[in-house]
Parts: sequence; structure tokens; C-alpha cells
Amino acid sequence: MTQGVTKINLEMLKKLLIFSVIMFGFGYALVPMYEKFCEVTGINNLLQPDVVDKNIKVDMTRTIAIELDANVRGLPWQFKPLQSNVKIHPGESLEVMYEISNVSDQEISGQAIPSYSPRFLEKYMKKFECFCFTKQVLKPGETRQMPVKFVIDPQIPVDVNTVTISYTFFALQPGK
Amino acid sequence: MAVVQDVHGHHDHHPSGIMRWVTTTNHKDIGTMYLWFSFAMFLVGGFLAMGIRAELFMPGIQILEPELFNSFTTLHGLIMVFGAIMPAFVGLANWQVPLMIGAPDMAFARMNNWSFWLLPVAGMLLVSSFFVPGGAAAGGWTFYPPLSAQGGMGVDMMIFAVHILGASSIMGAINIITTILNMRAPGMTLMKMPMFVWTWLITAYLLVLVMPVLAGTVTMLLTDRHFGTSFFNAAGGGDPVLFQHIFWFFGHPEVYIMILPAFGIVSEIIPTFSRKPLFGYSSMVYATASIAILSCIVWAHHMFTVGMPTVGQLFFMYATMLIAVPTGVKVFNWTATMWRGSMTFETPMLFAIGFIFLFVIGGFSGVICAIVPIDIQVQDTYYVIAHFHYVLVSGALFAIFGAVYYWLPKWCGRMYDVKLANMHFWLSMIFFNVAFFVQHFLGLAGMPRRIPDYSLQFADFNMISSIGAFGFGLTQLFFLYIVIKCIRGGEKAADRPWEGGNTLEWTLPSPAPYHTFETPPVIK
Repeated sequence: MTQGVTKINLEMLKKLLIFSVIMFGFGYALVPMYEKFCEVTGINNLLQPDVVDKNIKVDMTRTIAIELDANVRGLPWQFKPLQSNVKIHPGESLEVMYEISNVSDQEISGQAIPSYSPRFLEKYMKKFECFCFTKQVLKPGETRQMPVKFVIDPQIPVDVNTVTISYTFFALQPGK
Repeated sequence: MAVVQDVHGHHDHHPSGIMRWVTTTNHKDIGTMYLWFSFAMFLVGGFLAMGIRAELFMPGIQILEPELFNSFTTLHGLIMVFGAIMPAFVGLANWQVPLMIGAPDMAFARMNNWSFWLLPVAGMLLVSSFFVPGGAAAGGWTFYPPLSAQGGMGVDMMIFAVHILGASSIMGAINIITTILNMRAPGMTLMKMPMFVWTWLITAYLLVLVMPVLAGTVTMLLTDRHFGTSFFNAAGGGDPVLFQHIFWFFGHPEVYIMILPAFGIVSEIIPTFSRKPLFGYSSMVYATASIAILSCIVWAHHMFTVGMPTVGQLFFMYATMLIAVPTGVKVFNWTATMWRGSMTFETPMLFAIGFIFLFVIGGFSGVICAIVPIDIQVQDTYYVIAHFHYVLVSGALFAIFGAVYYWLPKWCGRMYDVKLANMHFWLSMIFFNVAFFVQHFLGLAGMPRRIPDYSLQFADFNMISSIGAFGFGLTQLFFLYIVIKCIRGGEKAADRPWEGGNTLEWTLPSPAPYHTFETPPVIK
């Protein structure tokens, strides 16, 4: 019933199977490729410090109110900003402090993810230092104060007077 | 079909009864099994669709709890795409590709058997996932994380089903490519191949290109769920948007996998019943290839609202709109084939013309969705639902019906009841439009998809749509009756039941003998 499978068909089978395996690998290769792409084009670089132009001008004529917000998702930490709002001039560099404390009796690591309102603030918010660039590991009962240093680019549209910067800590699985 | 073939399979001894079907390596048996399997899955997916439309018949929650409704929409999509449409095309390829190129069988007959028998396993996994704790996957057929990272065991069963279906498709595609490239009858050059074979060759290449990527995606999802990786998990440094990029890198070529063979079928039917050769054969081949290539660079038009840079949106918008060009070439070629032909309107021709008419509507709404500002407006509304049902139901499915009515006399040696078959076409045509045309208006007015309830202003159109859907569903049971009636005892069919049919399968007796072209025909 079955005709013998000819040699040239087997050749073809081998080539196509290898191609399929390569494409399976390509699916995985897309992960670092996207990461690199986003890094090069500056999309999505939540975890890297921004490079800021040294000659940035402070725009004394404008004042922007910044509201600070902090949340935890799924881990027994308390997390709050030490000041709930500040006012700055665009172009002026500023440091704000946040405090986290681990109220459980286990060592836990977490990662903070920023979120901004309005959404386009991301483009104008330049951070040189942030606790969100790395994971945070807290021993049982430990409390830590951490800074965020940033400027707001004077290019920010003139109708923006109030912005909100929010951080949410997520639990990281052990061993990461 | 089985009964008739047995008579002709006299000169070899294959097991009879169920073992014949389990162990068969015959391309015709396997094609038949693919087609029946896909029809069974079509009924299951159709049942889910009826559930969805019954719930949406009136505002408020009547039949399905929201959780279950979400499972219904999710599994309806998965089962129709992977269980009904794709296996139906593979079944047609199994039956027709060897017959149309003059090959005795598929290149890897044993592998062909495996790739079929993987399917029922996957189908069972999908269907039985409704009965496990936590219910079936409910995050939409595109299973975006974080929803798909959260669901219960049903999601894992769905992931395994996708793995198995992917493996089956890859094996099927490898088989088809090898058969077409290595086993054509002497004299049949690539540019003499029937269009159906051409479209399947290109489709099979798309399959080996993107199915492994889908397998990779669901594997990442699986390891995110159970093995602590963070490909898509934001908390671990992953990115849910990455999933959408990888998924649609598979997903967009996938929609062409589901439509290119349909183009091939229509390109066979139209010349036969216009009694003219296909107009612009080589431009058809190049158009098919261009569509396949373009389909690989437009994936992000499914995700205009994820927040990508304007440059990205513009690129994907223009690339998407460009696909309208080769598709337009095809539509004009079909029209030109019919132009001044001696046309007759047998059932396959009705489905082919219905296909062109409705597919073009779906194509136009596709170009509309490609425009970024409009897409942002209609994203995740019923407008999108209407769009892809116009290309998948009245596109892919109508072409499959057309193919069945075109080749059924060759397969089982009997003619179906033409009156009933024509009625099947007209009922499908009318009910399809009743069900889906109004969904354009619902979408433009802002009705979101995947929600079991809606505001009162959508009530009338939803009721109309549900009535159309019920009618369409019942009509397909009628299709089953027509096919069974034909197999059981239709009128004897001639070897060349359509006088315009010029491809190789019509040189064979009807029904096609169990073994054909053991000595290859010579093409001049």
C-alpha cells in the first residue's frame, strides 16, 4: 500500500523539519530581538536611567504640581511616598523619597513598575535614579527609604499643570 | 464514500471496519477523515456560536453566565479556526493535490496518517476542557496574557491542544510541499499546476513558517504559568505586549493560511463553469505569493491600540492597505474569467460567486479597519467581528462548501440533489447576511465584543443578528443531510460531471479508484 519513500522526498523532509525547528527557535529569538529593538528605539525603557541634556533650561515661569502615589500588589509590604505632593519648575531636578517596609516574617523580593498620568508624561519624565530600576529585597521587618531623582522636560505641553507619578510593587517569585 | 471506494479497492487488502481508518495511509481515506473531522468540529463550534447568539438575543443575562459566555466565545474561535477551517482545507488538499498533479499518493503516507490522528486528540482536549474545574479557557481565542496566565486547568488543556494541532499542521504542510515539489506528473511544470495546487504550496510554506512560532508562543505561556519564567509577566520583567507581537506574527499569516486555499478553489470553479481558462494565470500565482509575503509584515495592525509610535502605526497601516492590491488582482482576474464566458450556475459556481461578492465586502471592511484612526475607534467592537466573519465564513467556509459540491461527484461517484444543494446556498447566503451585516452597524455604534450583555439601543440589531445566526446554523444541518443523501444513493455521476473541468482529476473514473495514477500521466 505504502509506496516506498524516495530519497529525494526524505531530503526534502529533512530540510523542512530543520526549517520548522529554526522557526520554533525564531519565536524565542523574537524575545531578545524585541528587547533590543525597544532599547535602541527607546520604547518601553522603564528600567533604565534616562540620559538628560546637561544644558537643560529651567523654565521658571511654569510650575507643575506632582502627585505621588504608591501601591503594592500581592505582597505583604507597606509602601508610601514620604511626601504626597511636590511642586517643581520644568527643567529643575528633584529628589523624592519613598518608604517600603516588609511587615511579614519572610525575606521577599519585589519589583516596582511606574505608571504615569497623563500617559504621555513618560516622554517628558527623565529619571536618573529610581528604586524601580532594580529589584528590591527586604528582610523580615526591614524598612528602607529610597529616592527617585528626575527632571521634567520643559518641552512638556503648556496645558499640563498637574501630573501623577505612581509606583506599584509586584512580588517576584523566589530565586529571581 | 467509504462504501463506494471499497468496491474499487479490490486489488489490495487493507483491513476493513474501524482498523481500515485507523491504519490507513491512503490519501483519499485520510482526506475523507479530515473532512468529516472538520465537519464534526464545525458542528461543535457552531453549537457554541448558537449559545453566544442565544445569549445576545436579548439584553440582560439569560442563558449563559458571563464566565461561561467568555469560554463560549474563546472556544468558538479556537475550534472554528484550528478544528474546522484548517483541517477542512488540509482534507481537500489530501484528496485533491495528488489527483490534480498526477501523483499516486502523498509523499509521506505514514506521516499523513499521524498528522490526521493527532487532530481528534486535540479536539477532545478542547471540548473536554469545558468540564474541568475552572472551566474552559475564557480569555478570547487569541489567549492574551495576563488573562491566559491566570485561568485554570482549561487553559493548559487549550495550550496542549494548540501544540498538537500545530504539530499536525506542520507535518501536513511538509507532506504537501514535498508532494507538490517532487511528485508532479512528467511534463507538469510549476507554471502548469492548477491554481488550487499553487495556493496550497504557498499556504504550506506559510504553515511551516509560522506554526512553529505559535508553538513557541504557547510554550512560553506554559512556562510562564507553571515554571516561573517571565516572558509575559510584567512583575517578573516580562511584557504582555510582547505576547501580542509574537502571537500576531503567527496570527496574521494564519488568516491567509485560511484564505489562500479558498482562492485556489474559486480559481478552479470559476473557469470550469465559465468554460474559459483562468484569466491571468501567472498574475494569480504572483498575487498569491505577494499576499503571502506581505502577510508576514503587517501583524501589528491587530494591535494599533497598544501604544506604539506613530511611525510604527503608519508602517503597518500602509503595509496592510498594500495587500488590497494583489487581492484586487485576484478579484479582477475572476471577474475577467467570467466575462463573456458561457456561464452556468451549478451549486459550486453559486458558492464561488457568493464567495467573491461577500469576500470583497469583507476585504473592504478590512481596508477600513487598517486605517489607524478608524481602527482605534472600532477596535474590539462588533465591526471587527463582522469583518472577519465576512472573510472567514463567506470567504473560507463558502469556498469549502463550493469545493465539496465541486468534487463530491468525483469522491463518491454520485451526484447530490442539485435542488437541495442550491437551496443550501441561498439559505446560507441570506441567513449569513442577516446574521452578520447588521453587526457592522452595531460595531460602529460602539457595541464591544466578548461581552454577554449590551445597552438597550443595540437590542433590535442583536435580535436580527441572532435570528440570522440560528437560520445559518440550521442550514448547515441541511448540508449534512444533502451530503449523506448523496453518499447513500445519489444519481450515478459521470467521470467528468462538469463539462468545463480540465484538470487531471476529471480524467479518472468516478468515483476515483482507491489507487490512482500509479503510472503517472504525461502532461503535454
